[in-house]
Amino acid sequence: MNQPVVEFQRVSKSYVRGEQEISVLKDFSLSIPQGQFLAIMGPSGSGKTTILNLVAGLDRPTQGTIHAAGIAVSQQGETDLARWRARHIGFVFQFYNLIPVLTAAENVELPLLLSKLARRERFKHVQAALGLVGLSDRIHHYPRQLSGGQEQRVGIARAIVSDPTILLADEPTGNLDRTAAQAIMALLTRLHQELNKTILMVTHDPHAADYAQEILHFDKGKVR
Amino acid sequence: MTLGTLVIRNLRRHTFRVALTALGIATVILAFNLIVTTVRAWYAGVEAAVPNRLISRHAASLSIHLPLAYRDRIATLNGVTGVTYANWFGGVYRDAKGFFPQFAVEPASFLDLHAELSITEAERQAFLGDRRGCVIGRRLAALYGWKVGDVIALKGTIYPGDWEFVVRGVYHGADAATDETWMLLRWDYMNERRQQIDPDRAGTVGWYVIRIADPSLAGSVTRSVDAEFANSTAETRTETEQAFQAGFVAMSGAIISALKLLAIVLNGVTLLVLANTLVMAVRERTKELAVLRTLGFRPSHLTALMTGEALLIAGLGSALGIAITIPTTYIFGALVAAKLGNFFQHLTLYTSTLLLSTSVTLCIAVCAAAFPIMTILRDKIAAGLRHTG
Repeated sequence: MNQPVVEFQRVSKSYVRGEQEISVLKDFSLSIPQGQFLAIMGPSGSGKTTILNLVAGLDRPTQGTIHAAGIAVSQQGETDLARWRARHIGFVFQFYNLIPVLTAAENVELPLLLSKLARRERFKHVQAALGLVGLSDRIHHYPRQLSGGQEQRVGIARAIVSDPTILLADEPTGNLDRTAAQAIMALLTRLHQELNKTILMVTHDPHAADYAQEILHFDKGKVR
Repeated sequence: MTLGTLVIRNLRRHTFRVALTALGIATVILAFNLIVTTVRAWYAGVEAAVPNRLISRHAASLSIHLPLAYRDRIATLNGVTGVTYANWFGGVYRDAKGFFPQFAVEPASFLDLHAELSITEAERQAFLGDRRGCVIGRRLAALYGWKVGDVIALKGTIYPGDWEFVVRGVYHGADAATDETWMLLRWDYMNERRQQIDPDRAGTVGWYVIRIADPSLAGSVTRSVDAEFANSTAETRTETEQAFQAGFVAMSGAIISALKLLAIVLNGVTLLVLANTLVMAVRERTKELAVLRTLGFRPSHLTALMTGEALLIAGLGSALGIAITIPTTYIFGALVAAKLGNFFQHLTLYTSTLLLSTSVTLCIAVCAAAFPIMTILRDKIAAGLRHTG
């Protein structure tokens, strides 16, 4: 059994809206070994995205501790977390979230600006990442010149270009048609199988979840 | 690609908005530069003051004159190396608009003590040799087209009557700060006519100019001159030439203060305009900025991005502002000259003024960037990713 790369220990998370406290996670524990492809399914508001945010250190737990890629995420400062994210976390968004004023290559290059790589080396990495997602011929295209599926592939290229330890995917097929969704899932599966990436994916889509090694059904802050 | 590329691309999203903001900043820079230029013109006399010269006048008022006999007593005081005197003549050329500074002076000593008024030896001798002679500044000569040998007819306001003076020399200022709009006429000629018109004031002088051996002696010589004439019928008030000139400026203190306040207000406008543009940009890009933070961009990177945008807009505005300031100052100078004659002879746009306005604007840009930076860093990343709109 591989060492866990993500570990939640009795994590609770609640938000305060006005005078009301809304509990999203309750005493939640989870261990994800290195190289696993885990899908988390559940209805809207069940706390799926919160899990991704907590792993990436974008949000903090109300209680409990989270370890990921060698650090106690919940105990780091903002700047240290940002450095750690740049090195260890790749994030794939439902709505791609590409920067519209940058080309596909420039979008993919963004995480590498935080590294010490020279411009020429960065470009090699960008070419490799875009080649891996099958977009070598769209390098100089702007997001508005790409289809939804192509945009998501650029998003995946951006997520993997710095060779992160963990790939987090938040509804990666949620905004795509069936064909594009299948292509994206095939790509994520390839990344998992060929590059042994640890992937944590949140999805509504049972077809997408079927590509994962393991599926976790989640509701009202707890595993069903 | 660099962070700079992202800064430039972000600015190109809303070129019209950026252009309007830069134009707003340019307008403020223009107004700021004109105000600073005007205030500097006001202080030109103070800046031109020579540190080893003192001015001694009647303690009660400049309009009350001092006896000529004081000259020899001042000359004997320790630290004094030269004394001369002058009167304000106050004539007008043609009409009231033809006003410029005219001083009745003792020619040899006055020119000796004012080495910054540079004339040829032949002109100096011609002035010394002609009681109706006068010496005029280069700018004054250029304004009226006067040259050596011309006769200038003035109407006296303090000393009524028609006065005629022959131009015997045209002086050049030794440096840019020297006032080149003066007319120097001879005190003995004025005094001779004054004996007929106003015999009570004949033989008196408006003020003494005292040259001291060293500027560090200013305090002691000032005290000894005033002590010399204490308890007399005409007590003196002695001060450095700079303080004397500053006293004239102080008479316009309210206007100058208002202009300075206006310059500060204008910079406040720049701050608000720029901050507003940046805050709008950040609001529109809330989600993108959250994405950047998700990718690992640190607070320092986001600070650099926003500061870069602010500096670039401010830089564009400054460049545009300087480009329109240069011709506008000339036009402004011409309009002022047409209305006020030579009142502002030093209405000159200095490089230091342009540097000042640009530096102030760039500093303001950094301050303006602080508003959106605080907003970005205060917002939670997860909330930013959920942002719509």
